[in-house]
Parts: sequence; C-alpha cells; structure tokens
Amino acid sequence: MSEVLLKVENLKTYFYQASGVSKAVDGVSFSLNQGETMGIVGESGSGKSVTSSSIMRLLPAKTGRIVDGTILFGDTDIRSLSQREILSFRGNDFAMIFQNPMTSLDPVFKVGRQMTEMILAHRKISKREAWEIAVDALAQVGIPEPEKRMNSYPHELSGGMCQRVIIAMAVCSNPKLIIADEPTTALDVTVQAQVLELLRELQRKNGTSILLITHNLGVVWEMCDTVMVMYAGKTVEYATCKELYANPLHPYTWGLLDSMPKLSSDSKKELAAIPGVPPDLRLTGTCCNFYNRCPYCTDLCREAIPPLTELTPGHFVACHRQSETQTLERGGSLDG
Amino acid sequence: MDERRVVLQVQGVSKDFEIKSKEVFGKKQTLHALTDVNLHIYQGETLGIIGESGCGKSTLGRCMVRLHKPTRGRILCDGEDIFALKGEKQQKLCRDIQMIFQDPYSSLDPRRTAAYSVAEPLRVHGILKNQDAIDERVLELMQEVGLDLQHLSRYPHEFSGGQRQRINIARAIALNPKVIVCDEPVSALDVSIQAQVINLFRRMQREHGLTYVFISHDLGIIKYISDRIAIMYLGRVVELCSAEAIYRSPLHPYTKALLSAIPPESPFDKKERIILAGDIPSPIGEQIGCPLAGRCPSCMERCKKEAPGLKDYKKGHQVACFLYD
Repeated sequence: MSEVLLKVENLKTYFYQASGVSKAVDGVSFSLNQGETMGIVGESGSGKSVTSSSIMRLLPAKTGRIVDGTILFGDTDIRSLSQREILSFRGNDFAMIFQNPMTSLDPVFKVGRQMTEMILAHRKISKREAWEIAVDALAQVGIPEPEKRMNSYPHELSGGMCQRVIIAMAVCSNPKLIIADEPTTALDVTVQAQVLELLRELQRKNGTSILLITHNLGVVWEMCDTVMVMYAGKTVEYATCKELYANPLHPYTWGLLDSMPKLSSDSKKELAAIPGVPPDLRLTGTCCNFYNRCPYCTDLCREAIPPLTELTPGHFVACHRQSETQTLERGGSLDG
Repeated sequence: MDERRVVLQVQGVSKDFEIKSKEVFGKKQTLHALTDVNLHIYQGETLGIIGESGCGKSTLGRCMVRLHKPTRGRILCDGEDIFALKGEKQQKLCRDIQMIFQDPYSSLDPRRTAAYSVAEPLRVHGILKNQDAIDERVLELMQEVGLDLQHLSRYPHEFSGGQRQRINIARAIALNPKVIVCDEPVSALDVSIQAQVINLFRRMQREHGLTYVFISHDLGIIKYISDRIAIMYLGRVVELCSAEAIYRSPLHPYTKALLSAIPPESPFDKKERIILAGDIPSPIGEQIGCPLAGRCPSCMERCKKEAPGLKDYKKGHQVACFLYD
C-alpha cells in the first residue's frame, strides 16, 4: 500500500444560522492514498461540497465552523493552521476545481493574466517566468495554440475549454492533491469524456491524488479507486469501487444503484425509486438519518446513531442492520 | 408501425435566429438552430430526443408548442398546421399540446399557491366555471401525481424540486392533452427523486394514453422511457431508431461516439473510447456539408461538400450518413 496523503476523521462542520444549526457534515471519515482517486457520491445537500470546503478551509467565516474531527494532510493538521499558513497550502499543495467553469474565471480579465496572477501569488518569480509556466500548463491540458489563448477572455472559450483552463491553473504548481467538485456536471457527455481522460492522464504523469465529488456513479466507476457514499452529512458506506459495486451493504447504496436506468438492459420494469425525501439537516443527528426512507428500519434505527464499522477489511458501513452478528439481504427493490 | 395514427408531424422544419454581429455596424448573422427536421410522432408513443447542448433539441420542442415559429416547414397536429389555426381551433390546440420545462423552480409563479397554479389552465380555457368544481378537480389532479390536500395551499418555495415537478405535471395534464413535450424534466433532480418522477411519467402515460416528446441529454433515461429515439446534432436529426436499436446497433458515427462517451455502468466495465476531437462547431453562418465532417473519424471528401439526408437503412431505422448510402 502506498502512503496516506489525506486522512479525515469524524469531521463535523455545522452552519450556525438564524433558523437553527444545520449539521451539513456530521461525521465523515476517510483516507486517501498518494496517487489514488477517491470519489464522494451523494445527493444534493448530503454534505459533499461542504466536506471539500472544510478540507480547503473555505467555509463562510460567519456561519460555517468545523466543530469536531481531524483533517491530516501528510503530517500537518489542517485545522490548526493559521490563515496565513493555509494560504501557502492552497494552490501549492492542494488545488480545487469547481463545478461551473464559466463562473470560476473572472470574465473581465484575460486568461493569461488570471493564470499568472495565481502563479505569482504563490511563487517568487518574474512575470515572464510565470507567463511561460502558464503557457506550458495550457499546452499540457491540450489547449491548441496556448500563446493565443492566453490573450483570450473567458467568454471566448467554450465550457470544455474553460474547464481545461481551470485544470491548467490547478496543475501548474504541481499540487499533491486536487479536489474536483463536480468537475464535469456542467459539461456535455462527449466533452466530459475528454475532461476525465485529461484528469487521468495528468494523474498518471504527476502522481497527484484526486478527490472527486460527483453525483454521477458512472463517473465514479470510471475514475476512482475508492468511493464514499454520503447521506445527510454522514458517511454511510466507504469501500473500494469494485467492492462497493459487487457487494454494497447499506440500504441507501442499494437504492442509489437501483434507481438508475441501465443502458444495457431492455427492461421496462418500474424503476426502484427510494420513497420520500432527505431529512432536514437541522433535525438530524439523533438516530439513523435514513430511517424514514429505509424499508428495513427497526426501533433501534430510530433511537441510536449507527457507528461506521469495518465489516470486511477496507469496507466500512454505518447501518444497525449490517454487523458481524446479523446481515441484510439485498431485497431487490425499495418500494414503499 | 405505419398503421398507427400520427398525432404530430414535423415537416421539413428549419428555424433560424438572427443575431447581432460582433461589430457595431456589422451585418446581422444567422444562427441555424434547426435544419430540415422531419419527424412523425405516433399516438401513445414516447419519442425521445437526445443531443448535446446547442443541438436544437429544445428549439424543436418549443416549435411544437408554438413558442417559436419555424422559419421554414410545417408542424401538423392531426393533419392541421398548428401555425395556421385561429380562434376556437387554436384554443383547442393549446389544450392538446402541453409542455413541461426543465427547471421546476422557475416554471411556477412564486406568489401563487400550488392549487392556484394547477387551477389556472382550467380557468383560462373556461373548462370549469364553478369554484367548487375547480377545487374538486385540482385535488383530484394533485392526488394523481402523489400530492395531497395539505399541499394545496402551499407556495412553490415550500416544496422540494421533485414535488414542484409533480405540480408541473399536474398542471400539464389538467387539460387532458394528447401530447406533452417534456424538455429535460428530470435533469434538475437528484437520482433517487429522478426515479420517482420517471415512474410517475410512465404511470400517467398508461392511465391517460398520453404521447410524450421527451427531450434529454441523459441517454440512460431516454432509452428507459422512450419507444423511439431521435439523435440530434447541430440542428439536424442524424439518426432515428427504436430504443433498443440505439444501444445494440448504432449506425451514425456521432451516435457511436456519444455511446462510447457515457461513463461505464460498473467498475468492471472497460469501454472502447471513440473520442471526437474538438468542440461542436458553431451553428452561426452558412452550413456546408455534413455537420459532423470536421470531427468525424470516417469523414470522406463528399461529406465536406453536401449534407446527407435522413434515409431508411432498414425498417424503423433511419440514419443521415453517406457511409450507409
């Protein structure tokens, strides 16, 4: 096994709002090895993006706060860093790729200026050198005529091109970790395929670790080594991709896998939807968050929070009904 | 299949938009959103339309509900040109063809209750005049889409995305339409909610004998819900076939590339990738040759000069490509 690069343990990030305390992330644990890709999947509001902003320390200062847990990056405890120290971490050691390529670039500045600004903020080099690094990075991500593109405004580029520019900005300081928050959601499938291929190629070349946040399981199967499923702010299941696909344990994961129509099957059977809606995050944290949508719910599920336990080596699940003493059968559908 | 009744017929429809030039006094340019689209939509079927952004699938849907007037060509509903109708007949047509939009948030009036929004089409078309009768019908519609009495007096912001889309569906079926044009109705929803809404769409179709034109960019969903699928690229229909055939035997190079670009269904799947180089060309200005010519791996000399028309390859499977001439 290679070295652990990022280790998150029992992370809790709450938002303090007028209407109450929103437990956006309420117990997330995982570890990411050097050079590997981990996927975080979950529905909107399950805390995927808040997890990544907690790692980057990019939470809104007034409302968001990390209340518990540890984030270890190598040997450094991210939570204990001062604002000044975290600045040198961002961009040098880890970089972030956001969902919407069009809004991640400033529309009034040329691509070249934005890229050099970023490089100069982190390194003490001349403008000319920064410019050359930027051109190199653009060439690396497969943008034709990189010198010309340096003088383009973001609106002159297509969505896929913009996302390449963002990736170029992320890789030009050779970060150890790239956090990609839904990097391809705004893109078309053929462009998505290009961008994913590019990310994989960069990873092969530089040995970067990638934390990939997505709601598309297909993207996870394609890109990731391990995957964490989140529901209502909690890690519900965490395993390698192949293990999770072949042997999923949590009822929510079953629902997620079953509710997507498969391209290869001609079946016109009713889709197995998960009934109900995710809970209000201000009211969670006293029991299993999935109890009201789970067909296997018992009294225990309504009373106690299921701990994240390692059932088989490397396969973690948080469910009262799945333990060493008792197991659930995946009962096909989750109709309610 | 030919003996089935055609509800909606799209005949040689083209739609151009005039756009301003980048220069201040420059000549106006033309954006070719749709070019010579021909489709038949049969009674009770679901026709899926798939393509990437900018391929004209939404423009086509909007033409069908008279939100855009085609530059050339006609759209016939039950044999009558939908743009030539006037007065009473036009009203009737509005009732027959309804639309459901992509964004469930912006397609409901934030200042009106759910009950009001659902009752509005009934009132506008004067179907029910008596308030009690309207209330009764609204409740019936709401229950049909899985909402309840308690939801009637709520405002759109109090609903989740899935529930809002249910209200939109209730509103669309309020007038007993023949055809519903669904423009990406589930793409704004989460996976687990998506499945609920798709199941609802299928139940509605079974119970009301509806015909759907289902527009989406998600091939998995399109294949699941549709009987036939039209694949669009840059304003043209490049392939038209049954839902099973698109996965089993895709013909057009674009369809093949599209299929290969879709992420795998399991981590054990290894797919052969056909990556189309570059981006979708601009639809602005004059269009010469096959729209895919610049990116196609099997492009021939002929493709650069003339555009292939949609031709029968075999029964029920049409393709617009010179490879199959």
